[in-house]
Formats: sequence, structure tokens, C-alpha cells
Amino acid sequence: MNTQRGLEGVLLDEELTFSFIQFCELCDMSPAIVIEMVQEGVMEPLGAGPDDWAFQGLELARARRAVRLMQDLELNWAGTALVLDLLEELERVSHQVPGKRP
Amino acid sequence: MEFKDYYKILGVARTASADELKRAYRKLARQYHPDVSKEADAETRFKEMKEAYEVLKDPEKRAAYDQLGSDWQSGQSFRPPPSRDAGFSAGAGGYRDAGEFSEFFETLFGGGRYAGGQADGRRGSFRTAGQPIEARISISIEDAYHGATRQLALQVPAIDATGQMRNQQRTLNVKIPRGVTAGQRIRLEGQGAPGFGGGPAGDLLLQVDFAPHAIYRAQGRDIYARVPVTPWEAALGRSVKVPTLGGWVELKLPTGVAARKSLRLKGRGLPGKTPGDQYVEVEIAVPSPISDQARQLYEQLEADNTTDLRADIKVSGQ
Repeated sequence: MNTQRGLEGVLLDEELTFSFIQFCELCDMSPAIVIEMVQEGVMEPLGAGPDDWAFQGLELARARRAVRLMQDLELNWAGTALVLDLLEELERVSHQVPGKRP
Repeated sequence: MEFKDYYKILGVARTASADELKRAYRKLARQYHPDVSKEADAETRFKEMKEAYEVLKDPEKRAAYDQLGSDWQSGQSFRPPPSRDAGFSAGAGGYRDAGEFSEFFETLFGGGRYAGGQADGRRGSFRTAGQPIEARISISIEDAYHGATRQLALQVPAIDATGQMRNQQRTLNVKIPRGVTAGQRIRLEGQGAPGFGGGPAGDLLLQVDFAPHAIYRAQGRDIYARVPVTPWEAALGRSVKVPTLGGWVELKLPTGVAARKSLRLKGRGLPGKTPGDQYVEVEIAVPSPISDQARQLYEQLEADNTTDLRADIKVSGQ
């Protein structure tokens, strides 16, 4: 077991964007898969084509989740996009449900 | 190592057809996929069923597994048979995350992790970056407001003395940046799985979750807090002390404020380039027990009241 002190990471928030190539490297995915996800509407980067694409930091998690769901549940991209949208909606809604009373 | 009963894991008979296996796996996968499931042990269960399906859906692997016989029980201490030539080599194929499958699987089917590299002896000439690892960390909303350092224990693949990839427990102290919101990821470069042949290590992607809080809920950078006020504070529009992440704040209620009305405290949410706001949700509560004197005053209010708060409510069928 090894312990390290105070590791500082980079926060992947909406202010941080990645180019297409950076995004593929960070996700550990082939450019072909990322292009497929964009074409199928699973990912929606800003910009017209791969050279201009800008992916938000938050989308990294969506991309990795998409590939896991597609492979593990043997889904097609349309089904994957639907599952992701519903899951994200569910997460949004669950934040609005009041917690315990003060 | 423990024997794994792949048929039992998928809940199928040893005679199950390929279609039955697929159906059983898909049904269980929908229930236990860690990205979807709310079950506490989803991740462990899912890994097991994925491993079971990986073996049973492949006729060669299934035949090899079946050769072990049907006398084994799940969890029973297992030692591999001395001769493992028939079919077991079928394992060295496909690409999957390091440390994903059990020791039982690795022993039977070999480490197919870096297919085309390790498995066929070209280890030295094969250079590849390590895989990213994803983990979750649960923090309090206060930690997100102030920033903090939190300890995290996780299983990370590491290469042991024999050159095998094995999961090892690692403890990291991670700085939680001020203003992080629920669901965001922190990227820790080079803290993921090690690379091969001199390739760089992968990243650790840490998903931040907020633990449920007695007072606050968060939505993005905005914070919601329910605050009880008395009927007279609401009616008279008094100033009340309300909790915020930065400490107590005096909030002047509008005269006659209604229950469930949200009052905004600008910029009192989580910090950021555009800081979030805090919304105070007014909850009108009656202090109890009610003293005799208070009862008399309430009775007087009751007698003087001419407004029916429920006049707009319609009930059908009565």
C-alpha cells in the first residue's frame, strides 16, 4: 500500500474544453468511435467538424458511460443516447426532491 | 482461489442454450449495470455476470469450463487441473480493462488483457498507455464550498514482480477544489493503470458525489435549504437567521410570506466564476407544545379569521 500527499487534479467543468484529439486521448477511445458517437447524436460538441470540435469537460464522463452501456448492455447508439438522456434527467430530478427536513 | 459457478451467477441451467444465456445476461445486466443500478453491490455483481457471460457465450471457453465438471460449488477452493491444453488458450483474445476479471478467470483463460502483446510473447516491443480508471468520491457540500483534502482508497491495477497485472489497494489524498459541483470529475493525471513497454500511466477520473445533507441540497452551484419559520414571523415579515454555507445570514421575510416560497440569497451558493445562489424555502411551522396563553391567542385568530385558504380546492365525486 502506498500513500501520497495532497494530489491536485484538474476539475473537468463546463469552463474546460478539449479538442477532438485531446478528447479521444483523455477518454482512451479511438477517433472513429468518437466520430460515430457525434454522428449518432450521443455527443454534441461545439463546432462544425472534427477540426473545430470543442468538447466540454463534463462530456468526458458521458462518452465513457456511453461506451460502457453500449458494450455491456449490447445496445445500439440510438438506445444508448436514450438511456444517457434518461439517466441524466433522473439525476437532475433527484436533486430537486427535498432531502431530510432541517 | 475460489471456484466460480458461472451458470449459477447467470441463474441458468448447465444445459442453457445460447439464447437463454443471452436473455439471462441482458436481464441481469439491465438490473445491475453500475451506470444504471441503485443496488449497493451492483459493481461486484455486474463484474461477476460479465465474466460469466464472457466465458459461457463463447463455445470454446464454455466447453473448456464445462470440462472442469459439475461437482464444483461456488466459493469452493479451486486448484486448476494440471493439464489445461484443450480450449483454455481461447482466453487470449479481446481487449478489456486490467484487473477486470477474477483470478479464477485469469488462471483458466490466461491474461488476455493486452491482446497481441503480452499473450504471444511480444511484450518488449509493445508500448501502450495505461487505461484511465474511474472512481467515485463522496464529499459533503461543506467540502465543496470550502475545498478540502480527502482520503480515497481504491483498487488500482499494478504490475507485480512476475509481470502480471494485479489489483492493488492504493490510498490517495486528493485535493477537492473549492466550488466543485456534484457529478463533476476531477482528472488526476497518471494515477490510473500503468502503461506497458514504457508507455505512460493512464489517468484517474474521480467523480464527485455529494453526501445527503440535513439542511442543504445542491443543484449545480445553487443551494437549496428549507428553513422553518413561525406563522407570526411569516405574517409580520420579520428578519430570521438562516443557515448558509458561509455561516448564518439575516434574511428579512416579505410581509405575509407564504409557505414553500423560495427566497434568493444571491451569490451564497457554491463559489465559482459565477457563484451559485442560495434559495431559502420557507416552511411555516407551529411551535409545540402550545401553552394555554398561546392557545387563547390562536383561538382569537380563529374567531377573527374570514379567509378560507382552501376555497380554491375542488374535490370531484363528492
